[in-house]
Amino acid sequence: MKTVPVLEVLDLAIGFPAARAVHGVSFEIHKGEMMALVGESGCGKSLTAFAIMRLLPPGARIQNGQVIFDGTDLATISPRELRRIRGNGISLILQEPMTSLNPVLTVGVQVAEIIRQHQNLSRAAAKARVLELFDLVGITEPHKRYDQYPHNFSGGMRQRVMIAMAVACNPALLIADEPTTALDVTIQAQVMDLLDKLRRELSMAVLLITHDLGVVAQWADRVAVMYAGRIVETAPVQKFFSAPQHPYSMGLLNSSVSNGEGAWHYTNHRLSEIKGSVASAAQATGCSFAPRCRHVIAPCHGGQPKLEAVEKGWLATCCRAQNQEERIHEFA
Amino acid sequence: MNAHSPRPSATAAAPGVAPARKKKTGSRAWRAVRHNLPFLIGASILLAVALIAICAGVLYPGDPRDMVTLPLSWPLTDNEYPLGSGSLGTDLASGLAHGAQASLLVGVSAASVGLLIGILVGAIGGYFGGIADDILVRITELFQTVPTFLLVIVLVAISGPSLPIIAGAIGVATWPTVARLVRAEFRTLRSNDFVLAARSLGYSTTRIIFGEILPNALPPIVVTTSVLAANAILTEAGLSFLGMGDPNLVSWGSMIADGRSLLRTEWFVTALPGAAITLTVLSLNLVGDGLNDILNPRSESNR
Repeated sequence: MKTVPVLEVLDLAIGFPAARAVHGVSFEIHKGEMMALVGESGCGKSLTAFAIMRLLPPGARIQNGQVIFDGTDLATISPRELRRIRGNGISLILQEPMTSLNPVLTVGVQVAEIIRQHQNLSRAAAKARVLELFDLVGITEPHKRYDQYPHNFSGGMRQRVMIAMAVACNPALLIADEPTTALDVTIQAQVMDLLDKLRRELSMAVLLITHDLGVVAQWADRVAVMYAGRIVETAPVQKFFSAPQHPYSMGLLNSSVSNGEGAWHYTNHRLSEIKGSVASAAQATGCSFAPRCRHVIAPCHGGQPKLEAVEKGWLATCCRAQNQEERIHEFA
Repeated sequence: MNAHSPRPSATAAAPGVAPARKKKTGSRAWRAVRHNLPFLIGASILLAVALIAICAGVLYPGDPRDMVTLPLSWPLTDNEYPLGSGSLGTDLASGLAHGAQASLLVGVSAASVGLLIGILVGAIGGYFGGIADDILVRITELFQTVPTFLLVIVLVAISGPSLPIIAGAIGVATWPTVARLVRAEFRTLRSNDFVLAARSLGYSTTRIIFGEILPNALPPIVVTTSVLAANAILTEAGLSFLGMGDPNLVSWGSMIADGRSLLRTEWFVTALPGAAITLTVLSLNLVGDGLNDILNPRSESNR
């Protein structure tokens, strides 16, 4: 699929006054694609996602790089132009559905307002569109629900409202920041199914931020692994799960619990872990994963390795990536 | 000054807990109102005073400062003037009714001025933080260090005593209370996820402040407003008592001033407007207290 990507992030660097948090991240997302950005807490994945919409927390700043969306660089356009894109071209789903809705406004009004913000619709037309959206995201009895307040909704239903808000203006890109973390597993599957259905029906691209590899395996097309503010590996999902190239990816897969064929079930074996913590990466001179890596060789301390192609559409930043014989099961 | 200080509603402080809010959700709010006796008493008194104020021109068409009968006739002695007359033979009943008009008008407009400035300053400081907040907090503190009544006297002395000036001066002197409250509310609310969500949807800052955050901050503001109005009425009465009120209007304060020298003999000249002030201010405080309970979902669950 060689078309113009919906979103192209080029060498994006984000920093706080004290330290840099994201070092030159580049990736692209194509139309209709669901790309997962995975990594442990604090690796910069949410920061990267928020930076795309310039919604960084106070103090954080985009220090370098471009975010190309629809031919413009979102990192430099005026706040006014940015507001036209937020919620319209790109929208965001937050992790916590319990607090992401305004508690004093009815959900119907909240969704209708977004439509009226970005489209020139009458009140009645906006309401009709909201009811249509509620139906689309699987909210039963939309007419009754329209006039209810967020506290009348369960967590899963609120996340559906959030999704309705997010897709209200047919965005080209939907950023979902751990959309299912706060929900229980059955609801999680429903919400992910809904997102999957919507991206097909509306042909949107989805950037899914998660640390749940199960979700990635089941729903994503492509995965980018972040570690200490860098993308260390990006690969199509099947390839990633069958033969991860970067030792960190291997570690992530090894330390996740699953009961599929060939996986190491935690009842039979000790669940393996990645030694050390991400905090140690800040001052390392070589590969930022070197202090925690089981396969360190001399060149690892030489400098930060570049993202290099393992094959087409599959990149990794490990100097051992291509000549690596042993794969995921060697640790047994 | 009166000692009632409203408890800010705790709803905003608990993320994750669904803040069950009032806002027009008919039955629940009504139930809370019906079970709140102090609120009902306060609201009835206030309504009665408001009714008298509105009908003052119809009930007592003449100027309340006109000499209509013998001075200092005791209440309930003259059928035509049941509440007696003042030292210049003015009808006390007419004075009380017209005074209600002046007092409520000052209360409402001073509270509005205070609210307007206070919400603007508090919202901007609380939402943006940083340097803007620092500057606004300093200005707020500057106003707070000057005694309210003194500031009102100075402003009225400079601009001349008329009702709009007095109301404006009281508003200008009392907005810091609102500003501090609103700022505190905004500081907790601005870090809420729904604010981030609103930003991600492309809403402008103005819209987020007034459309998203302010409705959440309303309950404590509403409660404070009633107290603000009560204080404004007291301040206006104080001004009139000192002879700095609008000379073209009869107010409860000026009526008290009129009776001051007669306190030991014809005490009713002072007592009647005094009682009117007490009742009105009390009713406003009861309403504020009641609203605090009604608008605060936590206190309902305690019942």
